[in-house]
Amino acid sequence: MRVWGSAVFALRGVTANTMRSVLTTLGILIGVAAVIILVAVGTGSSQAVKDSLSRLGSNTLTIRASQGGTGGMARTGGGSNTKQAQLTVEDAQALIDAQEAPSVGRVAPVVTASSVTATADGASHSVGTFTGTTPSYLSLNDDTIRSGTAFVDADYLARRRVALVGSTVAEDLVGGDGLSAVGKSVQFNGTTFKVIGILTDKGSNSGNQSDQDDRVLAPLTAVQDTLTGYGSVSNILVQATSAETVAAAETEVSEILDMRHEVTSDTADYSIMNSESILSAATSTSQTFTVLLGAVAAISLLVGGIGVMNIMLVTVTERTREIGIRKAIGAQRSDIVGQFLIEAVLLSVFGGAMGVLVGIVGSRFTIVGVEPVVAPYSVVLAFGVSVAVGLFFGIYPAGRAAALRPIDALRYE
Amino acid sequence: MNTPALELRGITKVYGQGETAVQAVAGVDLVVEHGEHVAVMGASGSGKSTLMHVLGCLDTPTSGTYRLGGLDTGALDDRRLALLRNRRIGFVFQSFNLIPRTTALANVELPLAYAGVRGKVRKERAQAALDRVGLANRVDHLPSQLSGGQQQRVAIARAIVTEPLLLLADEPTGALDSHSTEEVLQLFDQLNAEGRTIVVITHEEEVAARSGRVLRMFDGKVYQDERRVGRARTPAHRSQRDVGEVVR
Ligand SMILES: Nc1ncnc2c1ncn2[C@@H]1O[C@H](COP(=O)(O)OP(=O)(O)O)[C@@H](O)[C@H]1O
Ligand SMILES: [Mg+2]
Repeated sequence: MRVWGSAVFALRGVTANTMRSVLTTLGILIGVAAVIILVAVGTGSSQAVKDSLSRLGSNTLTIRASQGGTGGMARTGGGSNTKQAQLTVEDAQALIDAQEAPSVGRVAPVVTASSVTATADGASHSVGTFTGTTPSYLSLNDDTIRSGTAFVDADYLARRRVALVGSTVAEDLVGGDGLSAVGKSVQFNGTTFKVIGILTDKGSNSGNQSDQDDRVLAPLTAVQDTLTGYGSVSNILVQATSAETVAAAETEVSEILDMRHEVTSDTADYSIMNSESILSAATSTSQTFTVLLGAVAAISLLVGGIGVMNIMLVTVTERTREIGIRKAIGAQRSDIVGQFLIEAVLLSVFGGAMGVLVGIVGSRFTIVGVEPVVAPYSVVLAFGVSVAVGLFFGIYPAGRAAALRPIDALRYE
Repeated sequence: MNTPALELRGITKVYGQGETAVQAVAGVDLVVEHGEHVAVMGASGSGKSTLMHVLGCLDTPTSGTYRLGGLDTGALDDRRLALLRNRRIGFVFQSFNLIPRTTALANVELPLAYAGVRGKVRKERAQAALDRVGLANRVDHLPSQLSGGQQQRVAIARAIVTEPLLLLADEPTGALDSHSTEEVLQLFDQLNAEGRTIVVITHEEEVAARSGRVLRMFDGKVYQDERRVGRARTPAHRSQRDVGEVVR
């Protein structure tokens, strides 16, 4: 009965002070929605990174020359037997060794040509990725041919200028579904390659990464002849014979490379990444991003909270007089606290719930190229914190005023 | 059986401490019988309001004992004091002290709500109290839509809606014009005629003239206590319930 009475007074309090109620609700709403959306953007982008990496086979290793490797520097300076500091095609070939590296299956050196423009019959297309590699790359990278044929070892050895194109490239050059590109001669930065096949679509990655079908594959030998020259390769892909032999393959690879580069594991001028380490590196990057967004969100929550606090405290003079009046006509302290508790719950829970709604609806839209993924913890946290702030600053001053003698509350200024 | 309505012994009230201490009430002994109509007069700053707040249990005295209907208020906890204010005392302020943005009816219903009176009965009683002060047609008005005299009448309706035996008013007509003043004073006369004990602070002699007893204060003390001949109060018409009964 008394609780019901307090609830009625609380409802009256909320409706009687429209402006205060709207502002409080709005402050909480914005704070909560901001946290949910920003954290969702962060989570969404790290999800995207994970998705793209999970396509990499779990038994592949990627070898890259590491920048500023001290081993390489030392060798250049002290060199009776100078070797190349970079990864080379020979390094890749050395890894194919049934004796020294029984756990290594396929090996594919990769070179990448940058800013390549393809032209054919007047149509032109700027290629996203132009890769020169060996035929084993296709199975290493899980690539298949949709139409036409793949290039083979004979093409590689004969340095034939043949190319496999992704559907984006094909469609751009010949129009339609792009299938008629097979057999066409295409100029890449002026050099003619014959398109012998169309790569099966990889699809764009969660709709937010660069188009994975905007690419061209050609034999590494031909690419070196025409586009990149005979320097180092950008990386070497190695596939272990099975998922269980990945660790063994990694050891074998590093033993061979250490020997060839005359380095030890401490001075190595290259690095080997397995899909796990790439994943964790990428994940930690995107986690940093999420934390950063979270910090921004926390600040907006704080600002919202301070706004709510302000509104609650500013009205406290008026409300203290009201409390004095209520006490003067016989309200118990519990009546007052109950009323203000319910008032604060109404405002902050309603504001918080609206904020959750806006946050979740807002997270359905693509934001700066990222499809947000709502993180449940952010909903709980944002709602919890803002409701707590609303409750505290709604109740605490009222509780204090309710403890005053009626006359002191009435006189409050 | 013949306990007085109010009984004050050596009541003092000191504000502040040390150098800056102000003795607002400097030892007041006073007995008011049931059904009396008392006017308190005195210059501004003589301690009238302070004394009145003690009488209304809105404030506690620094020293002395105050018995309300025989009950020592100094011995009561917060909860019981709230009960006393709710059931036994009606307080009318000079500045009305209505809850803003809340209708006249809702304001008058408040004391009943705190007394635990439910919906329909509560509305009817609040409505009746507003009838009583002549505001039956203003129930849904907000304080801001009422004149000063009307607001004060709402405040009086709120003070009498729980039918308290004691009605206290601190310069109730101080902010009103002469017409509104007359209406309010007539109300007090009627309420007093029904047997309620009334203590009213006033500056105006014509207000005091309607009372059976006039207290004059100066410097926190009552220096004159004058009973008017011919206005001696008839004993309370109402059966006088024991205050302890509601407080227990
Ligand atoms: N809250 C207070 N704090 C300090 N002094 C006060 C307070 N209230 C009243 N006083 C002082 O007490 C004295 C009596 O005040 P009051 O009872 O309001 O007088 P009256 O109602 O007769 O004008 C005055 O000197 C006044 O300044
Ligand atoms: Mg005064």
